Amino acid sequence: MTKRSTPGLLDTSIAWQAAKDAVGKLAPRKLVRNPVMFTTGVVAVLVTAIFFRDFATGRDGLAFTGQIAVWLWFTVLFANFAEAVAEGRGKAQADALRRTRSDTTAKLLLHSDDTKDDPWEPRSAQDLRPDDVVLVEAGDTIPADGEVIEGIASVNESAITGESAPVIRESGGDRSAVTGGTVVLSDWLKVRVTAAPGSSFLDRMIALVEGAERQKTPNELALSILLSGLTLILLIAVVTIWPLAGYSGTTLSVTVLVALLVTLIPTTIGGLLSAIGIAGMDRLIRFNVLATSGRAVEAAGDVDTLLLDKTGTITYGNRLATAFIPVPGRSERDVAEAALLASLSDETPEGRSIVALARGSYGLTDGIEATSTNVIPFSAQTRISGVEFAGRSIRKGAVDAALAFAGQTLETTSPAFREAVQSIARTGGTPLAVVGDKQVVGVIHLKDVVKPGIKARFAALREMGIRTVMVTGDNPVTAAAIASEAGVDDYIAEATPQDKLAYIKAEQAKGRLIAMCGDGTNDAPALAQADVGVAMQTGTQAAREAGNMVDLDSDPTKLIEITEIGKQLLMTRGSLTTFSIANDVAKYFAIIPALFVTTYPELGVLNVMGLASPDSAILSAVIFNALIIIALIPLALKGIGYRPASADVLLRRNLLVYGLGGLVVPFIGIKIVDLAVSALGLA
Amino acid sequence: MTAVGWLQIALVLGAVLLAAWPLGNYMARIFSSERVSPVEGALFSAAGVDPRSEQTWLVYVMSMLAFNAVGFLVLYGLMRLQGSLPLNPQGFGAVAPDLAFNTAISFVTNTNWQSYGGETTMSHLVQMAGLTVQNFVSAATGIALAVAVTRAFSRSASKSIGNFWVDLTRATLYVLIPLAVVVALAYAVMGVPQTLAGRIDVTTLEGAKQAIALGPVASQEAIKQLGTNGGGFFNANAAHPFENPSAWSNALSIWSMLLIPAAMTFTFGRMIGDRRQGYALLAVMAAFVIAGTAIVYASETAGNPLLVAAGVDASAGNMEGKDIRFGQALTALYVVTTTGLSCGAVNAMHASLTPIGGLVPLFMMQLGEILPGGVGSGLYGMIVMALLAVFVAGLMVGRTPEYLGKKIEAREMKLAMLALLILPFFILGFTAAAAMLPVALASLANAGPHGLTEILYAYSSAAGNNGSAFAGLNANTPWFNTTLALAMLFGRFAYVVPVMAIAGSMVAKPKTTASAGTFPTDGLLFVSLLAAVILILGGLQYFPALALGPIVEHVLMNAGKTF
Repeated sequence: MTKRSTPGLLDTSIAWQAAKDAVGKLAPRKLVRNPVMFTTGVVAVLVTAIFFRDFATGRDGLAFTGQIAVWLWFTVLFANFAEAVAEGRGKAQADALRRTRSDTTAKLLLHSDDTKDDPWEPRSAQDLRPDDVVLVEAGDTIPADGEVIEGIASVNESAITGESAPVIRESGGDRSAVTGGTVVLSDWLKVRVTAAPGSSFLDRMIALVEGAERQKTPNELALSILLSGLTLILLIAVVTIWPLAGYSGTTLSVTVLVALLVTLIPTTIGGLLSAIGIAGMDRLIRFNVLATSGRAVEAAGDVDTLLLDKTGTITYGNRLATAFIPVPGRSERDVAEAALLASLSDETPEGRSIVALARGSYGLTDGIEATSTNVIPFSAQTRISGVEFAGRSIRKGAVDAALAFAGQTLETTSPAFREAVQSIARTGGTPLAVVGDKQVVGVIHLKDVVKPGIKARFAALREMGIRTVMVTGDNPVTAAAIASEAGVDDYIAEATPQDKLAYIKAEQAKGRLIAMCGDGTNDAPALAQADVGVAMQTGTQAAREAGNMVDLDSDPTKLIEITEIGKQLLMTRGSLTTFSIANDVAKYFAIIPALFVTTYPELGVLNVMGLASPDSAILSAVIFNALIIIALIPLALKGIGYRPASADVLLRRNLLVYGLGGLVVPFIGIKIVDLAVSALGLA
Repeated sequence: MTAVGWLQIALVLGAVLLAAWPLGNYMARIFSSERVSPVEGALFSAAGVDPRSEQTWLVYVMSMLAFNAVGFLVLYGLMRLQGSLPLNPQGFGAVAPDLAFNTAISFVTNTNWQSYGGETTMSHLVQMAGLTVQNFVSAATGIALAVAVTRAFSRSASKSIGNFWVDLTRATLYVLIPLAVVVALAYAVMGVPQTLAGRIDVTTLEGAKQAIALGPVASQEAIKQLGTNGGGFFNANAAHPFENPSAWSNALSIWSMLLIPAAMTFTFGRMIGDRRQGYALLAVMAAFVIAGTAIVYASETAGNPLLVAAGVDASAGNMEGKDIRFGQALTALYVVTTTGLSCGAVNAMHASLTPIGGLVPLFMMQLGEILPGGVGSGLYGMIVMALLAVFVAGLMVGRTPEYLGKKIEAREMKLAMLALLILPFFILGFTAAAAMLPVALASLANAGPHGLTEILYAYSSAAGNNGSAFAGLNANTPWFNTTLALAMLFGRFAYVVPVMAIAGSMVAKPKTTASAGTFPTDGLLFVSLLAAVILILGGLQYFPALALGPIVEHVLMNAGKTF
């Protein structure tokens, strides 16, 4: 898997652009999308107006009002900056993508016959319409998304995937989709265009990484409602202080009430909320996964059942030799030797694995002269391979075929041999017989080898409450054996696409959320039905449209990472919300005594931080409130630290760090700012 | 504080737990039952209700509002016409319009704020056919609503949440009436009067003539506590020796007001099929009650340094406004439960508590009357807080927040925030307005922070549907009667409508299966989290107001400053 290059968190060029964008985002039209920051902006205008009024009338406390105004503006700017940085990181990628799209000239076929020599005329890619058929030859850039209707070619898709190794595209089957902007390296293709200009895969990808189509995701929306509600409640609390203070004989200035309001409303999470969302999408893109919507990323965090294809995800995908079992009277080494000789000419992955095992575990060398041998290669018809040399005749292959070659049947073999064959089959493996000179030498145990570490991974997922379900075309016996070896929770054996669909529907009816990946057209219904459907980039157009994510690396294992990224996104949001709200406690202790200390000096006992003066206390709280946004930008972009664990453990840890931390940090932070403020004589 | 005092507190709370467990299970059974008893059947067919047809949240809430509107009109009419109606041995005239409005709202909303003195204003007919009836049905309304909300979480992808008429009838018939009969008899045994006589005229030891008011006290007392109503027969409420003659009746009072709200948590756990969920909510409620009691108990036994300096015997702590027959421990428990409960009966004058001792009941009300809150209303209020806690912290486990298998999304959040806005809006809004208006300030008995506390307490009590008074504030003025009535009205119904809308949207959602990745809402961790959310949210709203009221009063008291 190739990862896209990761710009530094605060890459200078991005930061500079973001600083400029932050000012642009002050436009009320943009600010109003974020109620918390909009409120902050409104009161910043208010305090600025008060500053100019006081300036004109020459009132006292000008420096204090001025500083509060400045820091209120900074609060808004810092929040805008956070969003701009998050967007900036995507924009850099979008620009790179956009360059690949520019001015391709297509060879539009006037009518389509069987050969590639049909007449064509040049046509700008921008003018292609769905159902046009174009010819793409070696060296050409594919002008638009489409379906290969004829031909076979190797295509460099690195513009999209970042992977430089070419992939094969051919008509029919599951590898017929091509993407505009990719380059044909050899041979030719006839492609039927499927996407109108501006709505191609590349266009969607650019829009996604740029965040141009960004809408609030469902959870983000719910959270901003909570934050708006809190803002309203705190507005009531702060506005009513004025008459209550008046009753008590204190006349409070608008400036200090504004300061209290802004420090209390959840500016920290309010300022970072959209940055967190953009960064979550961005993390997914860095993993070479494109989600068609932010909603899908959130859904990934909620998934509690993963449907994983056995081949390529859980196992290496090929059966590999794992043991040589001799019949009585022969040694393991004899079997290994015979198997090695018989497999030298077998270029199938199974054959190569036999050679590798014999050489690796038994230190055998080939030991024969290639010239003097008569090689019998493996074929699907004979199902055996072997070698004839120096009068010896060695074969290995499917048990019945090899025995037939040796003129035997299963009944005529030794009980030990039969036992070995049966036990291998029982555990889901494949036995191969090795015969030499019409004698049975032994058995090779071929099996689907489970990837190392996958079992631990599934255990971690289980701890997170995520079930793994293996989908395989194997028979139930084999499936059960591999399922137990890999440690999956369930399996679907002899699975057809219909089985997958039915399984997903049944699980969803039980209230579960399912993620799966697939590439074939017949996977499309299941991909659409799943809550998170990840289509492989190498898959068909139908599959890519049915899913809500596309994996550019076509790596089905990534389903696990996708889930983790979704969870991390939600956790970051929750942690910063908790942090933001917990912060308020300290701010009250800073500001409330400062507000009333003139009327009730005794309330000084609430000044637990021992802040220098009322003005300094209020100013310090406002400054801290602004600076904490900047301080948390890296966390918002990177996401909070995450390792798989049960909800209980995650909650305990995050509550401790962000809940308790959120209570304590501002007490220390405000005190430090206060020391600086009073040392500098700012208030 | 003494060990004996704590033992008394523990015994009462233990007795509540012992009785609440079977009662909760019993309630779960009757509200889930498909069977219609003959008595119910007769009532339903007389009223034209089909007990088998269930209602959507909207129909449910409209039925509830219609029922309460009629209840309000009847009660208002009774008070306005009491002069020409029977059962009026003391010959009281019509109740003034603003007072009748206030009182009718007060009893319909289960608040029982009393701007009037019972024995000097209301005829027996009003007390029995008006106020006591509302004591039953306003409590039954609360239970019905809580049961409906519970159903929203126990069902998966459904439309209906029960039938209001059935729930109301069952709550009255099978829960409130039987319990009230038993408790009323117990009160009568303990010496609480139960008679239709108006008063007796006695000659005192000094030879003076005195009229001692009597009436059907025991029966009203029972439902007043069981239904967390709190409206006393007498003006002095449960501090009056006829309402609360002994330490035993005092313990019975606390027990009976805690009984149903505590039992509702068991009902909840049982109906949703996960008892631990109910225990968690009960644990949060209990934690606040015990902590609050400890603070009041400690603060009251420590006494008032100013009085000590003035030469008052401090050995019993601050005894101003308290009755010696109840003692400090059970007075503290009473103070905290009656305010944590939205009951509002008082056995001591809350205005005479020490500043910190007075802050606790005030804050208990401001926390939303969910600790454990009124019958029913406490449970659904607590569920709203649980939704909020789960939403804020639930994201931290990396999943869309869900409570009891139901996802919390934008719609529920919008409705929850709407409900949560009601209390601060009316409490702080009206307090702020009153603090500026001379017409309101004229009602204060005290200057300085204590006066502010009086106002704050009145609106907190009204909006929270508690009904207890801080004393010292003359609330029987057009300004207070009207604004307090509005606070009560919105505090009850403007809160309930969004909560029921949440129930409507929850019941429609499919219930997801719990797994190791599900946010756990039944352990100690969640209990602490929920408690912290309640405390921080409450503190954020009311800390400035409290700082100017009881908190500053406390520091001034320690500094020796008075007003």
